[in-house]
Amino acid sequence: MLRLEGLEIRQGDFELRADWALPDGAVCAVMGPSGGGKSTLLAVIAGFLAPTSGRVSWNGHELTALPPARRPISILFQDNNLFPHLTVERNLALGLDPRGRLDAGSRQRIAEVLDRVGLAGMGARKPAALSGGQQSRAALARALLMDRALVLLDEPFAALGPGLRMEMLDLAREVLSGEGRTLLMVSHAPEDAARIASHIVLVHDGVAATPEAAGPLLADPPRALRSYLGR
Amino acid sequence: MLGLTLGTLAAVAWRAGFALSLGPADLSAIWFTTWQAALSAALSVALAVPVARALARRRFPGRGALVTLLGAPFILPVIVAVIGLIGVFGRGGILNDALALVGLGPVSVYGWHGVVLAHVFFNLPLAVRLILQGWLSIPAERFRLAASLGAPVGRLLEWPMLRAVAPGAFAVIFLICLTSFAVALTLGGGPRATTVELAIYQAVRFEFDLGRAAVLAMVQFGLCLAAALMVRAAGAPDALGAGLDRVVERFEPGGRMRDAVAVALAALFLMAPLAMIVARGAPGLLDLPEGLWGAALRSIAVALGATALTLAMALALALRGGALARLAMLLPLAASSLVMGTGLFVLLYPVVAPRDAALVVTGLVNATMALPFAARVLVPALAQAETAHGRLATSLGLVGWARLRWLILPRLRRPLGFAAGLTGALSMGDLGVIALFAGDGEATLPLLMVRLMAAYRMEQAAGVALVLLALSLALFWIFDRGGRVDAAS
Repeated sequence: MLRLEGLEIRQGDFELRADWALPDGAVCAVMGPSGGGKSTLLAVIAGFLAPTSGRVSWNGHELTALPPARRPISILFQDNNLFPHLTVERNLALGLDPRGRLDAGSRQRIAEVLDRVGLAGMGARKPAALSGGQQSRAALARALLMDRALVLLDEPFAALGPGLRMEMLDLAREVLSGEGRTLLMVSHAPEDAARIASHIVLVHDGVAATPEAAGPLLADPPRALRSYLGR
Repeated sequence: MLGLTLGTLAAVAWRAGFALSLGPADLSAIWFTTWQAALSAALSVALAVPVARALARRRFPGRGALVTLLGAPFILPVIVAVIGLIGVFGRGGILNDALALVGLGPVSVYGWHGVVLAHVFFNLPLAVRLILQGWLSIPAERFRLAASLGAPVGRLLEWPMLRAVAPGAFAVIFLICLTSFAVALTLGGGPRATTVELAIYQAVRFEFDLGRAAVLAMVQFGLCLAAALMVRAAGAPDALGAGLDRVVERFEPGGRMRDAVAVALAALFLMAPLAMIVARGAPGLLDLPEGLWGAALRSIAVALGATALTLAMALALALRGGALARLAMLLPLAASSLVMGTGLFVLLYPVVAPRDAALVVTGLVNATMALPFAARVLVPALAQAETAHGRLATSLGLVGWARLRWLILPRLRRPLGFAAGLTGALSMGDLGVIALFAGDGEATLPLLMVRLMAAYRMEQAAGVALVLLALSLALFWIFDRGGRVDAAS
């Protein structure tokens, strides 16, 4: 279970607080206006930014002081999710072992996940030889391969068209959120949340609110969410 | 790095005994060093302004080639260029042939005006690049706005830009001219055209007066430090910057003829000596001197060693970051190879014969001198790689060697290749500290050339110059190319 305890992030005028827990297996959309701190919240959970105060913990183990790679977390960024100078297979191999070793066993596993995300046989290509959607699939494949309990999606599909974005979100839920993994995704589009999210965190006025069940929240949105959704 | 720059200085200071006593010859060397550098820098900048303006606002066939040519002096060995200049301006050069036709007496390229001429030849292109960059940094919209208002572009846009850029260009060139040893050695000399570095060389080689050499080295360091501070104060721009292929669209009429003349004269001034290197060198190839291939091998070995060392140091310092690393990357700009050489000479002389250490010391000093250039290429590229891909690498746990192998080295391939090419060519053509240390058996190609020139075997020297030029260009090309082939997209 992901738990944020008395979390406070201050950077100049910017301020964000959070104090809640997210149940295992949840698919949680983080919503709210631009500049509200959605990506900042993910950066703190992932370990790229130290909070001003408070703790981040996972199943009772404190993560706050751990470097990003030591946390039970994999993250997909808005862009640059693949090293452009390495083949897809190499990129995925780094998810298995940061030293980049590639033996018969890991080749086999990489081929399997590539098959699962619909990229069978494309391991030898470099990212530039893939379409945008295929690059997203490769990044998802690496997250799958890393097999961490919490997956953070910081709008990795924002540059794709709406149809392709939905397809990727479905794929992300299908391949990642099974096996008890928790998904936390930044989202701008309520239809994304409606489609795959079980929970919603609303980031608004310097507070990341407690996750609430997505269905009821979207059916009867509170004022802050209504104004954000423009209803 | 700090050891080589500051450490050698300490050795020099210790040898000088902190007693700065300067004779009249020393004072005149200091005076000459300063004023020739000031004059060379002023001429370079002044002549560069019309050329840069023409390049900034005109599109013409060969413009790209000319801009590329302006980068050539970075990798053109000084001593090779001197051969070309002698071919044009020397006795029996094409200028004197032309003057003789109209009945005018011969001019000599030796003496203070030869030193200044060579410095302008080397630094005019640099000044043009710096000032052209200034011109192209004026946003196109401002020119449009000025045109729509009918405002005077010169006073409104160009003069303020020049006032911002020219002092930096002057300061950089002044510093370069303070420390140019090879030009003074070949074209200067005598009581009226001896620089401090030349005086150091003479004190070590001919008088074996290490005390006097040390005192002069202290003086030279002081001069360079003052000039480096001047560069800093003037906010010197970056000469390695790319993107000079743009042309600013301009709306005021006229000036076409003036621009054409400026470009034509500059091209002639730069290309005539280059052509003479080939013209004089080609016959010399048939009569290459004994010892050429040994010298060539030594030059290549020194250049490769210096390149490896510079890249390793630059990469390590760039990765380390911080104020101390930045200082170490800048310090060699103020250092002079002769000062470092004197320091090492003082330190090594009691332990080993200078000639035995000649090649190692030359490689070390060359590596140090090239470090600021390599660093200036690598540091921004490293920052860019980290900005774009650092978070991904961190999230995957790429640290230490793994990060270097999978992220940094592949992303830095092109700048590494370019920096290696630059260092290799600089080291290959360097004539400085090797002249202090080498005996008969340790000559590199530049030193071999100097010896041939001193023996008035100009044709052979020109042949060696052509070989040296070809090797320098080849080294640059191979490294630079190696960085580009199959480079990361």
